[in-house]
Amino acid sequence: MSALTAWVDGVGLLGPGLSDWAAACAILRSESSYEPRPTVLPAPDSLPPAERRRTGRVVKLALAVGLEATSRAAVHPSHLPTVFSSSGADGQICHEICEVLATTDRQLSPTRFHNSVHNVAAGYWSIANGARAPSNSLCGFDASFAAGLLEALSQVAVEKMPCLLIAYDTPYPEPLFAKRPIPDAFGVALLLSTEPRSGSLARITATLTDASPDRLSQPRLESLRSAIPAARSLPLLQTFAQRRRQRVVLDYLSELCLAVDSEPCT
Amino acid sequence: MKPLALTHFTATSCLGRGLAATLEALRERRSGLRKCTFETVDLPTYAGEVAGVDAVVLPEPLRTFDCRNNRLALLALRQDGFLQAVEASRRRWGRRRVGVFLGTSTSGILQCEIAYRRRDPDTGSLPADFDYATTQNSFSVAAFVRRALDLDGPAAVVCSACSSSAKVFGSARRMIEAGLIDAAVVGGVDSLCLTTLYGFHALQLTSPEPCRPFDIARAGISIGEAAAFALLEPASSPTAADAIRLLGVGESSDAYHMSSPHPEGAGARAAMLHALHSADLSPGEIDYINLHGTGTQSNDNSESRAVNSIFGADTPSSSTKGATGHALGAAGALEAVICALALQNDFMPAGVNTTRVDPALAVHYLSENRAGRLTRVISNSFGFGGSNCSLIFGQAGSERAAPARRGGERSAP
Repeated sequence: MSALTAWVDGVGLLGPGLSDWAAACAILRSESSYEPRPTVLPAPDSLPPAERRRTGRVVKLALAVGLEATSRAAVHPSHLPTVFSSSGADGQICHEICEVLATTDRQLSPTRFHNSVHNVAAGYWSIANGARAPSNSLCGFDASFAAGLLEALSQVAVEKMPCLLIAYDTPYPEPLFAKRPIPDAFGVALLLSTEPRSGSLARITATLTDASPDRLSQPRLESLRSAIPAARSLPLLQTFAQRRRQRVVLDYLSELCLAVDSEPCT
Repeated sequence: MKPLALTHFTATSCLGRGLAATLEALRERRSGLRKCTFETVDLPTYAGEVAGVDAVVLPEPLRTFDCRNNRLALLALRQDGFLQAVEASRRRWGRRRVGVFLGTSTSGILQCEIAYRRRDPDTGSLPADFDYATTQNSFSVAAFVRRALDLDGPAAVVCSACSSSAKVFGSARRMIEAGLIDAAVVGGVDSLCLTTLYGFHALQLTSPEPCRPFDIARAGISIGEAAAFALLEPASSPTAADAIRLLGVGESSDAYHMSSPHPEGAGARAAMLHALHSADLSPGEIDYINLHGTGTQSNDNSESRAVNSIFGADTPSSSTKGATGHALGAAGALEAVICALALQNDFMPAGVNTTRVDPALAVHYLSENRAGRLTRVISNSFGFGGSNCSLIFGQAGSERAAPARRGGERSAP
């Protein structure tokens, strides 16, 4: 069994009651209590005004966490390969398209259609940052975070390049919400690199395992972890926040999980 | 990169089921495009519908995955002994050491489109029989194929619009090279749905006649559906001796526009150069180019500039989308299989429907089928969001240099 290793140089995070990585760190260290509040998404200022007007929640979320991770690591995103991973595309747009297609009119908005693709976040990220490096857009349903992490780690290992992983999910409106009840928007970005730098947070090594996924001891954080695919990252993020050397098991596929050995950098 | 072997592959599209039907249609220069009569669609366009998808019955334990996309996947998996080849690979490497990486753009969205017509008139809720996870969600096709093939290895769906099932070759290749898995089932499955037919129509990108890529009178795309799969294994594995090789993968982003390619083809050029670099090849060592060639003004303009800037105007090139339609998220895998067929049969398929090649597009576009020994070919796939991928395939033994065997490399038990 082979292991994949990378260094984590920056983290970005946004979720219900988690306004950024610093705020999340305090909560994951139990220094402040976790109070779920609706996720507030910032305007995507990095996009040109014409593009900014067209973007939905998915793009705002992915751009916000990606830019937080790169700015914390003081890395410009233009040359970074990226991996985007989410359970779905823009749920609001999917709903609007299906509503129109259920009428006799069926006149779709062209902008809405091109913004309905799963890789919409990758497209706008590339435009916003002039990023021409390879970019992948994955879907793994509930396994999306671990699938994205494996893809990003294998890129780092094989291409010998840094890679920015952006995992994110946003809710569907009703009636799809009842079928796929993702309660709120949650996004996490990890800037991974091939070797340690002065600001590296941790060294992570991933292997496949039969073990069951770890749960979080705080009940509200555990509900968040189990409700949103991108929040399946929380046990790993907690090791970074607590600066603790630990093995965590992340939720992945049925009968297959991802064990990650996390070791803080001094 | 370390070359891999395509030890088995298959494709099902509007040209027919499996390799023999696909090859015969290409040799006869037949197009599978017909006036669109799909479902309740009322649009002045042509489509490449696969016959008989509705009649496919999923076996009982997999019934929860029932939707057009997964029926098409199963129909394709049943051709050319593909199921048996994967079973042998599973025995050889172990079920956890074989990954599944598939591309799709819309997966089973048709199921959701139909469910929206059946909403409860009082509550607006969707019908109880609509299962989001196993049909609409993009991952459903990989979850389904993983179960159908009885594999427990890593799996993901690449969902980067029309480059999706080219990029899966890259994901699989990296995981094999990293040692996480030994082999992978890669492929693409995309089926007709209202979202793409009405969506591309709204963008004014669908042609009112069968698409004619690179023609002076080209007027847009014809949407098709397809499922295509390949089994990627180490070139050193026992079944790989004569197998077609994956020699290079190149990926890039346009950073330009969500639904229009870079006008000079900068992203397309970067993907092709990256693929050549990863295969350690020069442009002169490529014998045939399977173009993305959608038949839109903008794609064919920008792609021809990118191709010309690297290969000049002499390398034989064609788009096979006049025959198959644009299979969107399955196009990359379908055209990878067509490239593998071309290599095995010393045959370059002409672009069908194209009667007068646009003189402004400075590539050597094949209007007639051509026979001749092919050693290495490149296949282009470009998608919305400026997502580009080029793949290079070659004959066994066409690798630039045999890579040094590394200590600890796994071999068959």
